[in-house]
Amino acid sequence: MNLLTTIGFLPLIAALVIAFLPKTNQELIKKVAFVATTLIALASLLLATGFDRAQTGFQFTQSTSWISAFNINYAVGIDGISLALILLSTILVPIVILATWHESDVGRWGSKVFYILILVLETMMIGVFAATDLFLFYVFFEAMLIPIYFLIGGYGSGEKSAAAVKFLLYSLFGGLLMLASIIGIYVIAGNQIGATFDLTELAKLQIDDTTENFLFLGFFIAFAIKAPLVPFHTWLPDAAKSATPGTSVLLLGVLDKVGTYGMIRFCIALFPDASKTFTPYIITLAVISILYGAFMAIGQRDIKGLIAFTSISHFGFITMGIFAMTSQAMSGATLYMVNHGFSTAALFLIAGWMIKRRGSSTIADFGGLQRVTPVMAWLFFIAGMSSLALPGLSSFVSEFLVLVGTYTRYPVAAIIGTFGIVLAALYILIPIQKTLHGPTTPGNEGMADLSLREKLAIAPVIAVIIAMGFYPKPVLDLINPSAEKVVVTAGFTDPAAKVGK
Amino acid sequence: MLTAPSLIYSLLAPMLIVLAGAVIGVLVEAFVGRAHRAAIQLTLSLGALSLALIQLWRIRDQFSTTAAVGSVVIDRAGIFLQGTILILSIVALLLVADQDNFVSKASAIPGSIEEAEATKTGDQQTEIFPLFLFAVAGMMLFPVANDLLTLFVALEVFSLPLYLLAGLSRRRRLLSQEAALKYFLLGAYSSAFFLFGAAFLYGLSGTLSISGIAQAIAASAGNDIFVLLGIIFISVGLLFKISAAPFHAWTPDVYQGAPTPITGFMAACTKVAAFGAILRIFYVGFAGVYTEWRPMITTIAIITMILGSVVAIAQRDIKRMLAYSSIAHAGFLLSGIVALNKDALAASLFYLFAYGMATIAAFGLISLIRDSAGEVTDLNHWVGLGKRSPLIAGSFAFLLLTFAGIPLTSGFVGKFAIFSAAYQSGNIGLVVVGVLSSAIAAFFYIRVIILMFFSDPQNDSVSIIIPTVKSRIAISTAMVSSVVLGLAPSLLLNSATSFANFIK
Repeated sequence: MNLLTTIGFLPLIAALVIAFLPKTNQELIKKVAFVATTLIALASLLLATGFDRAQTGFQFTQSTSWISAFNINYAVGIDGISLALILLSTILVPIVILATWHESDVGRWGSKVFYILILVLETMMIGVFAATDLFLFYVFFEAMLIPIYFLIGGYGSGEKSAAAVKFLLYSLFGGLLMLASIIGIYVIAGNQIGATFDLTELAKLQIDDTTENFLFLGFFIAFAIKAPLVPFHTWLPDAAKSATPGTSVLLLGVLDKVGTYGMIRFCIALFPDASKTFTPYIITLAVISILYGAFMAIGQRDIKGLIAFTSISHFGFITMGIFAMTSQAMSGATLYMVNHGFSTAALFLIAGWMIKRRGSSTIADFGGLQRVTPVMAWLFFIAGMSSLALPGLSSFVSEFLVLVGTYTRYPVAAIIGTFGIVLAALYILIPIQKTLHGPTTPGNEGMADLSLREKLAIAPVIAVIIAMGFYPKPVLDLINPSAEKVVVTAGFTDPAAKVGK
Repeated sequence: MLTAPSLIYSLLAPMLIVLAGAVIGVLVEAFVGRAHRAAIQLTLSLGALSLALIQLWRIRDQFSTTAAVGSVVIDRAGIFLQGTILILSIVALLLVADQDNFVSKASAIPGSIEEAEATKTGDQQTEIFPLFLFAVAGMMLFPVANDLLTLFVALEVFSLPLYLLAGLSRRRRLLSQEAALKYFLLGAYSSAFFLFGAAFLYGLSGTLSISGIAQAIAASAGNDIFVLLGIIFISVGLLFKISAAPFHAWTPDVYQGAPTPITGFMAACTKVAAFGAILRIFYVGFAGVYTEWRPMITTIAIITMILGSVVAIAQRDIKRMLAYSSIAHAGFLLSGIVALNKDALAASLFYLFAYGMATIAAFGLISLIRDSAGEVTDLNHWVGLGKRSPLIAGSFAFLLLTFAGIPLTSGFVGKFAIFSAAYQSGNIGLVVVGVLSSAIAAFFYIRVIILMFFSDPQNDSVSIIIPTVKSRIAISTAMVSSVVLGLAPSLLLNSATSFANFIK
């Protein structure tokens, strides 16, 4: 059996195993979930070792007929971009499980359902990045909303059911717009080359300009809701505030990447001409997102809200990089997706521990944690620095690549975007100063530092953040050829460097 | 001297078997003692339906326009529709067989001592079985009727028993009787419209046969106004049955008032039968003048989709909510009429089967949720159902997602199939409206899921009864087929495609 398919279905099998474990034995359930996802993460490394970097086409491909009446296939395959994101997903899941060991104890339906949902979600996350059949992608894209919805609504805090519904309705709305576009492109394919959902085949279609623009918008709005761009972002802060930290990591770290991934894989690959037409507007939206997210983050009083808005700012950078249509910016954007996944994971997990210990998520309630919980404070500091793209930490490389790549084509956007970095210093440093430094404020004195389990969980994330900051080459080598191929097949060439006068 | 009409009995046998079952059922009522009736009636009905299904399977590859001197046409699509009706009826019959949904003595005045005594002695109104079979026979005839008169007879044959059945609820009898009366009056009214339209078309073409009308319409280019009037009035009669807006007003009341198993049966099978007839009459009879009626049906489809989705949001009763949801689904299905191509026909066949199964399962589940006064359909009492019975609430949530058309459910495949056919025929506006109203509809389906899962139970009076074996078989069959059709739609989709063929 195909390795990719096997890895995709392993979480589902683990979920089935858990379904038959006794509900009361929570420890056993957690251990099974952790061991299974760790094994899956290791197995997914096999994908990376077996991946031929010289080749730019899809690898580990498999295609089996699913709904023959519409020529829908279970077709999967990965290139460098999807591989990087699958690795991100499979590595983050066991970390999240270990880091939030007790998250599910107080939830609505107990640990069993929680881990089943997480594992089902993992299958869908792998599927959505691996699908090379448009219909299959859509199925995963929509179906993955359901486990997340129950994770937020059943295990979150505060206004959780309202947040869960808001998230679901926004996503469904986007998804249905995309469905209209999918139907459109399917029918056009039927008229031109015969009904198909195969991505490489669909990319060859000749679509007239007006239709292409509308089809493009259907896809783009769906993705802009998923990887929230202003003005489609309002669900994200609510969802992030209400979800448990672990769910938030998966939501912001992986699920939202489906949006930016979709822009690369579908918007640009299927509709290169429309992408060209809309690029100026999208770049504008992206720049607005960068600044808006940053300003809103500065104003946040809630730690989770803060991280959510920083993410909106970061998604602005990623989108800008994608639509700058230079190979540099495209690689940078893809790398950014991976890096953002890890740095958000670090921020959310540590913030989650802080909130759990203090019993509050308001920034003002914290103070002087550096003295009481030095390890946690230092790790939070590193995660924060990564988020503001300090050189030497992972995000710097990607942010730099995005800005340089964008500058060659859209200098003004790149320059305005750079202000985002300055604002990032504000939105990260102010809360860090408030929570970590200064005298220890009342209520924080007795706080316990990280336990061994928590240290073990966060260690790999911090290690990746630092390692990728100094030596991003292995991942970049993986991404570069695919990123370049996207730009070239869309009909763009990198602008030649201009010599200054 | 008159020659006897020649009938091809083997092709008519499925309908005749069901009718014979119904007639024998009436005799059983007359001659068998009260104690044994229920068991005999159930066996008889199940036997008749299964026999009919077997016979239908044997004739699945045959077709004929002269099976009953031209008034019935047996073709692939007709056989598929009849099969769908039979399968759905068998499942629904198992739910109907749970007698405690029905009044013990229909002639007793609601609330009277007579009624209470009949209930106490365990009396049953076993006439529901023959009535049910008559309705099924009428439904089977409806989509294969080849002339307007047969169509009308079939319409009445399946409607009259339904009017009666709708009024037989055991609890809240006045509401049930009111619903039945409304249904009857409005139904009679719409039948009159149908006849009026038939008269126009007869006047124009001098024939009642659908294919004859098609030829006459093609020949008489000058008489557009009569063609249009005929089509409009006939459509009113048919659109009433599928509860398309603005002819939908009866739907919520009847769905709410009728005994829940009957609601399920009606919602699933009436839709199949009526859409089958509409598909035939528009695909065969009116296809030549589609420019005349397409704007009209498109408008009705759009109004129906939007109205069903929007008004459902305001509903506080689960049966009324599903009624509006069925209105919205009628709108989606109308897109298949507008599309007027083979793909749309196949899509409609699949959609009808998948929707029917999910609907029967949903109403089957609703009938399990009770308090001391009977069924609890008020959504406020559904709060926290997920905690009390995860299995029932989970199944119901799955069905709601099916109605909403979330991927990996049969509802999604149906919706995709029908919208892609509509897009293919150039009705892109219809697709966009359909997709947007699906987004609106998602809201109220999800709201029920929130109620069930994300809130704590408030009152303890609500309980979930343990289903009888019959209901259990019915609900699980319907559930399993919904799940299977979501994961492996090819199983049905391929046969729907190969059966999507009307002969003229």
